[in-house]
Amino acid sequence: MVSELINANPVIYEKKERRVRSVPSAAADEYAVEPIDQQEIFDILSDPEHPYSLEELKVITEDAIEVDDGRGYVRVTFTPTVEHCSMATVIGLCLRVKLLRSLPSRYKVDIRVAPGSHATEAAVNKQLNDKERVAAALENPGLVDMVDECLSPSYE
Amino acid sequence: MELVKELREIQTLQGHTDRVWSLAWNPATGVAGIPLSFASCSGDKTVRIWEQNPSTSSWDCKAVLDETHTRTVRSCAWSPSGKLLATASFDATTAIWENVGGDYECVASLEGHENEVKSVCWNPSGSMLTTCGRDKSVWVWEVLPGNEFDCVSVLQGHTQDVKMVQWHPTRNLIFSCSYDNTVKIWADDGDDDDWACVQTLGRSHLVRWQVPSPMSGSGHSSTVWALSFNASGDKVVTCSDDLTLKIWGSDDTKMPADGFAPWRHLCTLSGYHDRTIFSVHWSRDSIIASGAADDAIRFFVENDEQDGLVDGPSYKLLLRKENAHDMDINSVQWSPGEDQFLASAADDGTIKIWELTSDSC
Repeated sequence: MVSELINANPVIYEKKERRVRSVPSAAADEYAVEPIDQQEIFDILSDPEHPYSLEELKVITEDAIEVDDGRGYVRVTFTPTVEHCSMATVIGLCLRVKLLRSLPSRYKVDIRVAPGSHATEAAVNKQLNDKERVAAALENPGLVDMVDECLSPSYE
Repeated sequence: MELVKELREIQTLQGHTDRVWSLAWNPATGVAGIPLSFASCSGDKTVRIWEQNPSTSSWDCKAVLDETHTRTVRSCAWSPSGKLLATASFDATTAIWENVGGDYECVASLEGHENEVKSVCWNPSGSMLTTCGRDKSVWVWEVLPGNEFDCVSVLQGHTQDVKMVQWHPTRNLIFSCSYDNTVKIWADDGDDDDWACVQTLGRSHLVRWQVPSPMSGSGHSSTVWALSFNASGDKVVTCSDDLTLKIWGSDDTKMPADGFAPWRHLCTLSGYHDRTIFSVHWSRDSIIASGAADDAIRFFVENDEQDGLVDGPSYKLLLRKENAHDMDINSVQWSPGEDQFLASAADDGTIKIWELTSDSC
């Protein structure tokens, strides 16, 4: 487990005000399929109960989520808090696992670090999008514990 | 008269409880009245043996090989005689199973790789076995009497994990492809199992998230996931995370046994898949099948309507099958035997059996 904080004094940003999601009127068919949108993915990923959420650290923002519900495609672009953050792969893995556990299986997910935000950007991206490496990582009990801990406030 | 090909879905096989990574047809089946059979392996840590029922033609699970591998079983391969099945696992071992009257017994476990073993294959005579894995190495094993396996060589050269190994069908060559974006060709110099890399098919320092240009080099620009030889062995096709298939050729089969003719890039098939291409397999009758993370299967054939301006072969799309599975397709394999089937394995935990039929019009 991580014994020391890698970035002990992160810059904390204010949360963006939520736009209100349109609620279908009572007259509308309550069984109608509601498409998954950018805000829903964002809510899955940014847990409001976490002391410093990924949103407050500006690791992810709503704008950095591209979603196409029709095609079943999501791309999340996250920004590690420091350029040499050795936790970038773990954060990316957490985002991937969270989406894996939350989204319908038809979804294709790409996770990447924001261009220019990390010293070894291409290597991190390649690793996060190699499903064989992700599968092997998720069979590693130590790493799974770390991911579960990272996701624990909202994952039950 | 143009032949119109149609892909018919024969059956969906359920049983695995996690993604199916790979499958392998038993090469000794489908002929002389022996029913077709294949093995599949999965993230559920098991291997399943499937066989076609001769009377109903439907496919049934005949055996589940479990309680041996403790992690994902990534790859499986039959010996040429079909008597032994090798299975490679993330648990760092390769198991050898013997078929004893329909029961499968684990007769050996090959240890040596530091961590995940990702691929295993036999040489054409069944006297050698090759494995590769995350530790960047390719291991060559000799098959000895009494189910003994001796590691005769460890090939170092790839700079990242090695995704797949394949023996050349007629030459004493091993091909390996890797996360380092290259394919390496290894040859035995005839001197007591002294294997060396004789050629690397690659390009320099272009990475996935840069836009690849088809003109910027002949090698792949991201992970090379799989490769497959044509029947005569003078061509090989590779598939990659860079969304392309590449065809390479050599005059090697015309060389004396101890000679080597370099392989060269013949053509690149791009624009057909829009997510990682995980699997490619060349049929005996020259049809290339590819399966990818876009859930689609594609078929290609050599374009015989050459206009005379192109030097070298070109290939054309024969058929596309969108939504062949509900999730990523990890493996496509043509069957042996008189009736040729295609089997596909996917993240949705299923295997599908397909038949490519021709309708003349």
